[in-house]
Amino acid sequence: MQNNGKLALCFHTLFVIFLMAPLVVVMLVAFTPNGYISYPTDGFSLRWFRAILENRSFVQAFWNSLYLGIGAASVSAVLAVPAALAIARYQFRGREALVSLFLSPLMIPHVVLGVAFLSFFSRIGVYGSFYALVAAHVIIIMPYTMRLVMASVFGMDRRVEQAALSLGASQWTVFRRVTMPIILPGVAGGWILAFTTSFDELSMTIFVASPSTATLPVQMYNHIAHTIDPLITSVSTVLIVLTALLVLILDRIYGLDKVLIGKG
Amino acid sequence: MAELASTLPATPPRFFPKSLTPWLLSAPGAIFFLMLLGMPLLMTLVLSFNNFDYAEGIIATFSLANYMEVVQDDYFHEIFFRTYVISIAVVVLCIAIGVPEAYILSRMRSPWRSLFLVVTLTPLLISVVVRTLGWVLLIGGNGLLGKTLEGLGIADASAGNLMYTHTGIILALVHVLVPFMVISVWAALQKLDPSVEHAALSLGASHTTVFRRVVVPQIMPGILSGSLIVFALAASAFATPAILGGRRIKVAATAAYDEYLNTMNWPLGASIAVILLIANVVVVMSYNRMMERRFRRTLG
Repeated sequence: MQNNGKLALCFHTLFVIFLMAPLVVVMLVAFTPNGYISYPTDGFSLRWFRAILENRSFVQAFWNSLYLGIGAASVSAVLAVPAALAIARYQFRGREALVSLFLSPLMIPHVVLGVAFLSFFSRIGVYGSFYALVAAHVIIIMPYTMRLVMASVFGMDRRVEQAALSLGASQWTVFRRVTMPIILPGVAGGWILAFTTSFDELSMTIFVASPSTATLPVQMYNHIAHTIDPLITSVSTVLIVLTALLVLILDRIYGLDKVLIGKG
Repeated sequence: MAELASTLPATPPRFFPKSLTPWLLSAPGAIFFLMLLGMPLLMTLVLSFNNFDYAEGIIATFSLANYMEVVQDDYFHEIFFRTYVISIAVVVLCIAIGVPEAYILSRMRSPWRSLFLVVTLTPLLISVVVRTLGWVLLIGGNGLLGKTLEGLGIADASAGNLMYTHTGIILALVHVLVPFMVISVWAALQKLDPSVEHAALSLGASHTTVFRRVVVPQIMPGILSGSLIVFALAASAFATPAILGGRRIKVAATAAYDEYLNTMNWPLGASIAVILLIANVVVVMSYNRMMERRFRRTLG
């Protein structure tokens, strides 16, 4: 493995600065003691973090996003595992079409999904309800869950299952005691990736969330459209730190490069 | 997504020949998708053919009036033209920045390589709203960019104010989307045989020549698929143009949003959405075609 030249390292440094600058700036402003956007040059203060807790709508939006993410990621995992098993293990008509169907939300702009769900949900009378939001998010995050679960099902050694079957275990026992534990890292990785995608989604959610079911990104967007103050930077900082923690967990249990790049 | 479909093994071993099991296993997901994805999209298509009247609301007819309006009105021409010009600029900049960076990453030594890969990928999982907010703070009226320019004596502080400009939107979109380019190129670089590079170097080629004539041709599929992802996401981006462009610089996604939630002209908004969707699908499909042809040519 050769080293990079000086010019390459220069380029790399600039790239990292470009990537990090907006995030660092947000986190710096969050610690300002002043009542307006400024850098904490005259001392650090946590007042804007305390202010989050006094802001009802941000706290409510945070819980909405959390429950929504957990609900949607779990439903998508429950749907993805059997479907991935069917796709990986059987040859049947419509198998390719099924894969395309589950991955198709990647091809559809989120704004288009947003307007589609808006008219659909208001037609059937569930507009703004939390369960409608969960259903919409399942569609959006399913490709991510599906990809990771399929990768782990394709990658597993079938002989272990055959050994268990030949020793007299039932199909269900094999699934529960052999298959599931082996594909669990893939399912868990898919779940976390799906959860973060749901937690951060704005372009579709903004069409279907009502004021009482507004998620954190929707609430933040509405806040920014209205005013930009240190409060929004402290909320963002909390979000950055939480995401970084999730990334760390994801990296530990599955490998971040594998999650985002596929088989590296 | 297309790559995944084509890597499925042709004939997986059969567990139980001709059983209902695969259907039963995939039924819940398939039904969920057909109901909750198929129905809403179909309804949007129908809605785009309806008419709208400010007094009466949505009128259920079949007409092409909305599409004619989008096709004929200069206002919409400008919006769609702007959307695709911005997207192309973002793709070009992502190639210029992302390809060399992926190459540099792949040549790094072990601990650094995975560290900086994580540094590059983590922003992807941080909310777009947060990342765009960072750009507001950098390039806004009283932002860091203006202050730096002034401090260095390069230009007036107002030169650093890129809010409500195309430059500002392009800059922020490149920041949001460049990790996708790095990912694609990185994946292509993993398949490279380093001995080919060594051969070129030992024959006296410079590092730049090796990169240009040996590495780039081999990672072309990665660059193309990265460009495709970046283009599709830039053309349908909502949060970044909405926050940095406001009402002044509208793109297709923010225009559809306005028709739905401000003007309440749903049929017109639906037709913008349908056009955006079709354009996206056409780009993805023609890309797949192109890749197939390339692939066939290399084999033949």
